Formats: sequence, structure tokens, C-alpha cells
Amino acid sequence: MTALAVPKLGTLTPWKRRGIFLAIGLVLVVVAPAMLSGFRLALLGKYLCFAIIAIGIDLAWGYGGMLTIGHGLFFGMGGYCMGMLLKLQEAGPGKLPDFMVWSGVEKLPALWKPFGSPVFALSAAILVPMAVAAALGALIFRRRVRGAYLAILSQALAAAFAILLIGQQGVTGGTNGLTNVTTFMGYDLNDPVNQRSVYLLIAVCLGIMYLLARQIVESRYGRVLMAVRDREDRVRFLGYNPTTVKVIAFAISAGMAGLAGALFVPVVGIISPALVGIVPSIEMVIWVALGGRGTLVGAVLGALVVNYAKTTLSEAYPAGWLYLQGLLFVVVMAFAPKGVAGIAKVLKERFGGRKVPPQPVSHQPAEAAEPAT
Amino acid sequence: MDAFLGQVFTGLSVGSVLILIALGLTFTFGQMNVINMAHGEFIMAGAYTAFVLQDLIGTDTSLVVALPVAFVIAGTLGLLLELVLVRRLYGRPLDTLLVTWGVSLMLQQLARDIFGAPNVQVRAPGWLGGSLHLAGATLSYSRIFIIGLVVVSVVGIWVFLTRLPQGARMRAVMQNRQLASCSGLKTHSIDRLTFFIGSGLAGIAGVALTLLGSTGPTLGTNYIVDAFLVVVVGGLGQLRGAVIAAVALGLLNAFVEFSTEASIARVAVFVAIVAFLQFRPQGLFVMKSRALT
Repeated sequence: MTALAVPKLGTLTPWKRRGIFLAIGLVLVVVAPAMLSGFRLALLGKYLCFAIIAIGIDLAWGYGGMLTIGHGLFFGMGGYCMGMLLKLQEAGPGKLPDFMVWSGVEKLPALWKPFGSPVFALSAAILVPMAVAAALGALIFRRRVRGAYLAILSQALAAAFAILLIGQQGVTGGTNGLTNVTTFMGYDLNDPVNQRSVYLLIAVCLGIMYLLARQIVESRYGRVLMAVRDREDRVRFLGYNPTTVKVIAFAISAGMAGLAGALFVPVVGIISPALVGIVPSIEMVIWVALGGRGTLVGAVLGALVVNYAKTTLSEAYPAGWLYLQGLLFVVVMAFAPKGVAGIAKVLKERFGGRKVPPQPVSHQPAEAAEPAT
Repeated sequence: MDAFLGQVFTGLSVGSVLILIALGLTFTFGQMNVINMAHGEFIMAGAYTAFVLQDLIGTDTSLVVALPVAFVIAGTLGLLLELVLVRRLYGRPLDTLLVTWGVSLMLQQLARDIFGAPNVQVRAPGWLGGSLHLAGATLSYSRIFIIGLVVVSVVGIWVFLTRLPQGARMRAVMQNRQLASCSGLKTHSIDRLTFFIGSGLAGIAGVALTLLGSTGPTLGTNYIVDAFLVVVVGGLGQLRGAVIAAVALGLLNAFVEFSTEASIARVAVFVAIVAFLQFRPQGLFVMKSRALT
């Protein structure tokens, strides 16, 4: 992986940045609900959920150098936690969700019992992915296994989770997943007013997550995280424990994916194994790759643009979209590893009026410098 | 006893296909630090080769003919991939993963456009039809054929690596690229050779897989994840490691599946692997090196 430069914070003054943030927020919260139809607004809400995941992946991968192909897993965990709550609320107290009746389950499985409580379900949606990520990360990073192994292991875990969901038909709804979610905390989701509220909730969550990620990246911790990404040994020699640093970032990242999953269910009305396995997990990475890893704005934009393109193009040319998606991966990763944000930066440096002093060439990260042993 | 033997046999045959798949991966990963997600599509290419050949020359001989042809076709695909893309990405293993995944998406779609989305069936030749009855267990000839094929391939690779000059060069580059380069080896052409052989083995694995089930555009993706786990457990660039890990994984999967069910088996195997990495983070066998990390 090429070393990414530490983002320069000097290009925009803090007030300008706040202004831009507010302007975009205003567009999302005020203009979009007023202009878009209910269907389009739900789509945008879905994209915003994906943008939350992208921020999380960017924290882990762009800033922490940990390529994860398991975020579908964390997203799915959040989604299923929320889905279980909503299915239980919909069924009413003491009754079984519809799919359990169809598959002949007579008693509510023990796993489902606590999810009747909204507080439990909502905290589980965020805390379960964080706990799983922390455990996986700790086990992998502690023994200093190669960086690339995280990608392989997280992808295997995502695949295993998807297969587990499909296999446990009676508990998880099998291949179909949890479908037909029609109420959210007792509100009817077919009502446009409630749909708009859900959308607003998502937009606000995205804003909070963005600010949280911004804070993390600009804090001392964020600097150490980037240092671990670029040269882990050196950070270790300086007395930090890279394992802790990485586990924290990985867990936060997973928590964001869990939150996105929980928000995804009321807006789309379904959570299924197809949204959880390897393929969606890698797609999540491409959003960040395309937008530009190591820049939070890039990650958000990448998620929005790729998903918009996917919706529009895959409707018109289903086969063409798959070729295009593959091509996107190849072209972006092989020729523009810093994504659109990186291209924009290069263009700005070449054609912009203000000369940006050349970035000092950072040392190769551990992985690249390491001879192929 | 017969059920036990049956499980051992199933585990062995699945594990032996995994050996073929994982060998290519472990060489490209170990030697060039390339994580090739498109490897699964080379398996698919091999399987479709068998499918095309059976219509061309009939099922009796097609399987045997398909083996070398699939080796060359998959190997050539791998060589092309190396020449066009992977070459630019040396030293960036995570990026190679994403790029080759993009390639695999396109190859899958290509297969869908050429052969159609539904799975196709390769008919096993007549002489593999029956099965052997041994101590009460039924061992089908096709699975025995697969195990034999893999044994021959592994011995072939072992002879190549240890007895032939090309193999010695490959090992040299795998162990220490800089030193090999200083000693006058053309590391780049050796990289290409490795890619060709590794991908070719995937093609042979694809032909073998046609005996176990139907062939579809996503055939490779079902095996690639397990194959990568084999690489992780066996150790990078390790022939012995890949063989032992693949057989162990095949057996473990078969037995957990036998005692509980398939969906839980996957999770159990994963947990076992992560636990194993706590004791041997570099895998079963490690190339000795003084490099940091």
C-alpha cells in the first residue's frame, strides 16, 4: 500500500469548513426532503446509511491501514438486531414474527427474547459489532500476523456469517432474511411523514458520525493511528502499543457499520444474508477506494456516487453494471489509489494558483518495505 | 465405522482439491505478495474448459484431454493478469486484492455472457461411473480419481521445485528476492512463471471440481475463501504447509458438518483457525528470515 500523506488541515480555515459542513447539512436535511419524492428520499436515505459505513471503513482502512472485507458482517449484525426488534414490535407481545410461523417455529428462540426491548436492541446493534470486531482485531493484531491476513480472515468471517444466517432458517429467516418491516417504534413506515422522520434521523446520524470521525482523525490518537498505518514498527519502538491503537479504530469502525445497519432496516424494510456476505463487503470497500481513502469527505462522496450509479445503471443495463464495477475497481486501485479526492488534489496542485509545497515522500510502510520473504 | 470412513473420504477429496487451489495462491502470495482474488475465476475457466471439450470430443476422453488444456488456458489467463495489471502493483498486497477482485467480477460476467447464468453439467466419463466398496463405505471412483490426480500434481510440483533449475530459481526468489536478483536471476520472468504455474493448477482444480458438482460463473468464489484460509494456516509459499492445511481443513469441515450441520461448521472452522493463529501466527511452516515482523 502506498503511504498516504497526513491530511493537510491548512487548506481551508476552520470557519470555512464549518460553513461547508452546514451548507451540505442544510441541503440534506431541508432541501432534499422538500424536493424529492418519497421513493427518491428513501433511496437517498439508503445511500446515507452506506455513507456511514464508508466513514467507518475509511477510519479503519484509510487512516489505520487495516483493510477489512468484513464490514458486511458488522452492518448485518446491526441490521439483524434492529430487524429483530421491529419484527417483534410488529408481531405484538407474546406473538411470533410472521416468518417463524411459516417455518413452523412454535416458541420464540432464546436469542430473540431480549430483543423485544428497544434499549437492548439498539445498544446491541452498535455494541455487538464493536465487541466482535474488538475480539477479532485483538486476536489478529496481538500476534502481529501480517496485515493482509485481516482482509482474508474478515472476509472468511463475513462468508461464514452469511452461511450461518441462511442455515438457521427458523431463527434468522434464512435466505429471505427479515422482510416486510412496516413499523418503526410503533410508527407506520408507509406514512410519508414517518418516512421523512426516518430519513432525517439517518441524515443527523451521518452528520454526527462524520464529526466524530473528524474529531478522532484530528486528535492525538488519530495521529498515532496514521503513524501505525505508515510504519508500525517505529510506533512500537516509540513505546506505543499498536495493537490497542488498531483495535480501537477497528471497533469504532465496526460500530459505525452496525449503526448503519440498524438505520438501514427501517428505511429499506429488509435485511437479508445477501447484504452481509463477501460481495457487499467488498463493494463497501470500493466506495471508499473510489472516493479516496484517507479523506472522510471522499469516503462519503464515494458511497453516494457509486450507489447512485449502481441504482441508475444496474436498472438500465444489469450486465453492463457488473463490468463497470469491475472496471472501476481495476482502474481506481491500479491507477488512482487515492481515489477521486487524490485526483482532485493532483489537479489542484498542477493547475491551482497557489503553489502547494511538495509533500515530503513518506517512507514505505512496513508491508511494502518488507522483502517477499 | 463405515460412516466414519465415508467422512474421511469426503474430507480428503474436498481437501485435495483445496490443495490444488491453495498451491497457486500460496506461491503468488509468498513470492510476490500478491493476493489474487481472480484465482477463483481460473478455477471456473478450467471447469468451463472441461464443459466445452466434452461437446467437442465426447465425454470418454474429454476429461483427460481437459486437464492439460485447462492448465494452459488458466495459466495463460494468469500470465495475462500478471503482465497487464499485477506487475504495476508489486509491494501493495492489499491493492492487488481489490484490483484482482475487480478482474474476477468482470470474468464472472464474461462467463455469464458466454455460457449463460444457469449452471452447466459436465458428465463424468463412463469409466468413472461406479464406486468402490471398502469396509462398508462407498468410495466413488470420481473422488478416488480426484485424490489420485492431486497426488500426481503435488508430486510433480515437488519434483519441479526441488529437482529442476527453474524450481530452484523460484524458491530462491521466494526466500529472498533482493539476494536472488543480486545473484543475477531475472526475478520478473520467474514471477511470470510462478503466476503461470499457480494459475494453471487452479485450472486443473476446476476440471476436478466438475466431477463433484455443476459448473457456474460463481464456482470459484465458493472455494477461494477456503483456499485463502489454507494459505494462512499453511504458511506463505509452503508446499508442505498448503498440503497439510488443506487436508486438515477438508477433514475438519467434513467432521464438524457431520456432527452438527454445514452452517455451523463454517463458523467452527473459522474459530479454530483464529485460535490456531494465536499459537503460530505465521502458519504451520515459516520461511526463516531476519526481516522485521
